[in-house]
Amino acid sequence: MTASGLSRRGLIASAGAGAAVALAGAGAMAATGRAQAAADAEPLLHTVPFHGDRQAGITTAAQDRLHFAAFDLLASATRDDLVGLLQDWTAAAARMTQGLGAGPVGPLTGNYDAPPDDTGEAIGLDPANLTITFGFGPTLFRDAAGTDRFGLAGRQPAALTRLPHFPGDALVASASDGDLCVQACSDDPQVAVHAIRNLTRIAFGRAAIRWSQLGFGRTSSTARDQVTPRNLFGFKDGTASLRAEDTAGIDAHVWTAPSGNPGTAWLDGGSYLVARKIAMHIETWDRGSLREQEQIIGRTKAEGAPLSGGGEFTAADFGLAGRGGAPLIDPHSHLAMAHPDRNHGVQLLRRGYNYVDGSNQLGRLSAGLFFIAFVTDPTTHYIPMQTALAANDLLSEYLQHVGSGLWAVPPGVREGQFVGQALFT
Amino acid sequence: MPAAAAMLLLAGCTDNAAAPRSATADGRTLSVQASDAACTLSATSAPSGTLTFTVTNTGSQVTEFYLLAADGLRIVAEVENIGPGITRDLVLSAPAGDYISACKPGMVGDGIRAPFTVTDSGEPVGPGGGDAELVEAATTAYGSYVRDQVDQLLAGTKEFVAAYTAGKDDDARALYAPTRVHWERIEPVAESFGDLDPKMDAREADLAEGEKWTGWHRIEKDLWPQRAKNYTPLTTAQRRTYAEDLLANTQTLWDRTRDLTYTVDAIANGAKGLLDEVATGKVTGEEEYWSRTDLWDFQANVDGARVAWQGLHELLERKDAALDARIATRFAELQALLDRTKSGEGFVPYDTLGKAQVKELSDAVNALSEPLSKMAGAVLS
Repeated sequence: MTASGLSRRGLIASAGAGAAVALAGAGAMAATGRAQAAADAEPLLHTVPFHGDRQAGITTAAQDRLHFAAFDLLASATRDDLVGLLQDWTAAAARMTQGLGAGPVGPLTGNYDAPPDDTGEAIGLDPANLTITFGFGPTLFRDAAGTDRFGLAGRQPAALTRLPHFPGDALVASASDGDLCVQACSDDPQVAVHAIRNLTRIAFGRAAIRWSQLGFGRTSSTARDQVTPRNLFGFKDGTASLRAEDTAGIDAHVWTAPSGNPGTAWLDGGSYLVARKIAMHIETWDRGSLREQEQIIGRTKAEGAPLSGGGEFTAADFGLAGRGGAPLIDPHSHLAMAHPDRNHGVQLLRRGYNYVDGSNQLGRLSAGLFFIAFVTDPTTHYIPMQTALAANDLLSEYLQHVGSGLWAVPPGVREGQFVGQALFT
Repeated sequence: MPAAAAMLLLAGCTDNAAAPRSATADGRTLSVQASDAACTLSATSAPSGTLTFTVTNTGSQVTEFYLLAADGLRIVAEVENIGPGITRDLVLSAPAGDYISACKPGMVGDGIRAPFTVTDSGEPVGPGGGDAELVEAATTAYGSYVRDQVDQLLAGTKEFVAAYTAGKDDDARALYAPTRVHWERIEPVAESFGDLDPKMDAREADLAEGEKWTGWHRIEKDLWPQRAKNYTPLTTAQRRTYAEDLLANTQTLWDRTRDLTYTVDAIANGAKGLLDEVATGKVTGEEEYWSRTDLWDFQANVDGARVAWQGLHELLERKDAALDARIATRFAELQALLDRTKSGEGFVPYDTLGKAQVKELSDAVNALSEPLSKMAGAVLS
């Protein structure tokens, strides 16, 4: 016996009075919803175009909230299932990002005896710049056993392989990898959750969620007019991240270059999404002196200025020494270790979020940074940098990487096409 | 933002919010203003295909809207119980022909009637109404199935309680799961009797403080007390009390199901309900906490859902062949996974399943539940 038995009781019992009351109640709520929507309707909706040369959600000004989900195709899924899923996801994403329901009928209309094709929690909400971005993981091309499940092995880009083990990694399967990923970002958390929930529902029978992550408080800026936000260590994060306005930098560091290989040309003009769930040892960090915290980061906590002086966006001077000849910016500080000068000029478009998954059994915050970066090539733009950071970054004492994933992000979707279509032709 | 774009976006918002819609461009969505004295349709004809009547009760009484055949007697489709101020959609597939529309304010009399025409659009249309024979066959077959299962439940329960009260615990343990499958196969019907279900099938955690725990799971704990802390076995007298109580309630269930009739939506939603049971209680290993025989119940719930679908299969195939085919495939896929957990005449204990295996079963349940949840709407449209 379960609580849900009540609803079945209403449906199936020969006595219909309870059911009638329940139906009238549902109708009344629907009517309230309609009236409310009409009263609240204002001509200003914040939407981001879904169709275009690039997928939205990469150079789009970072929204404040994230729901990120990794999916695995079911063992029974065929290539047709995969294509059908991507078609259905594309249609639903095109609708939801424009403030429409997930399906053509909507949350409140249609066959009264059928479940609505939209779940309804976004009724009356502004999409709040919702973007939905799709990626394809290495296991879509060859599964863990090396099997080519969908006839795609010949189309796998060389750089699309599982990220290597970095020193200190403590990865858990429930926060790592996945055949497909979906990044839903919005300034309204309920809108982002609504998007993932409805896409999950559409996927049932073809793909299932492997893991998902909620994030808040964007930890980077992707447009120049956005104020640099703070991470859970209390420091401004992503000061040096690429901004959308730097089109030359974006072209060089974010979009994939033409591969010159017909097999992998489907990814030309796309990108790679690197996701890392980075747990922060919050409680021990908070016991560090302000001096130690600033030394580890290499910047001031107040302004985010490099310790060599100036303001947040002043270039760091790694040669500037203080008393005793020691450099003002510690060469093992996070700023120094992650700086393009130390990484062959590599720059990242970061799009991460803070996360708090409640508290653990010891009463410590289960919190950290859900790191997301879009890069032209992970073998040049993430792996070398993370290898160095994991070994020598002073900050790594306070971090533990617990989740990891890499996905190829196909270019944008034209009207009438579906995401990643070129991979299947 | 340019004004035109803003207007477009606004239109998008109102769609998501499902504001009242007026007639659509293709003429298949019509509005009905149903007041106490009038029944005003946005059009008196529509092209054949799937029609949606958005009925708004602008009156002060509870109203209904009907689409009747040309004879004015046969109901093609109806929407009932529309309270004042409420809007509700009626969706049906309508072939070309002459019909009569009717609002029935106050739910009495012939209603406010007017001719309604469905013109031939040239597009194929599924059969609308006229499935009375299939409906009759499905509901009759399901009634027989329920009676047969309750027959077997009653016979099995007699044997089980006899062994239990006689202290033949091994025999009782062997009979427990194979008897309960007859309950699990018809669980939504059994649960529809709100007084019997808590007495017969409550789990310990379902009870409020101070409530008396009786039924199958009370006896289950006494037969498999290994996971209990400081458990005091029931005395012979207590055993007899619980056993007699269970048997009496089973007899009541038997009596009540002799003449019980079922509607197609009850059968279809019952199938969905059985899969909900699997998703919330069985695949999580919560149902049979003491005996770990959850997989027997899992299979029985799936059996019951399959029988319900098979009864409606012909009807569903005519209404939505793709949905019917998808349900067939998903049943087969789920059964293939369940078959791997079989052991002898029964199933392996739940706690021998690995995490990956549970996830795989759960995914297959989701895969089946999603199309199954659409069956009621499809057979009723």
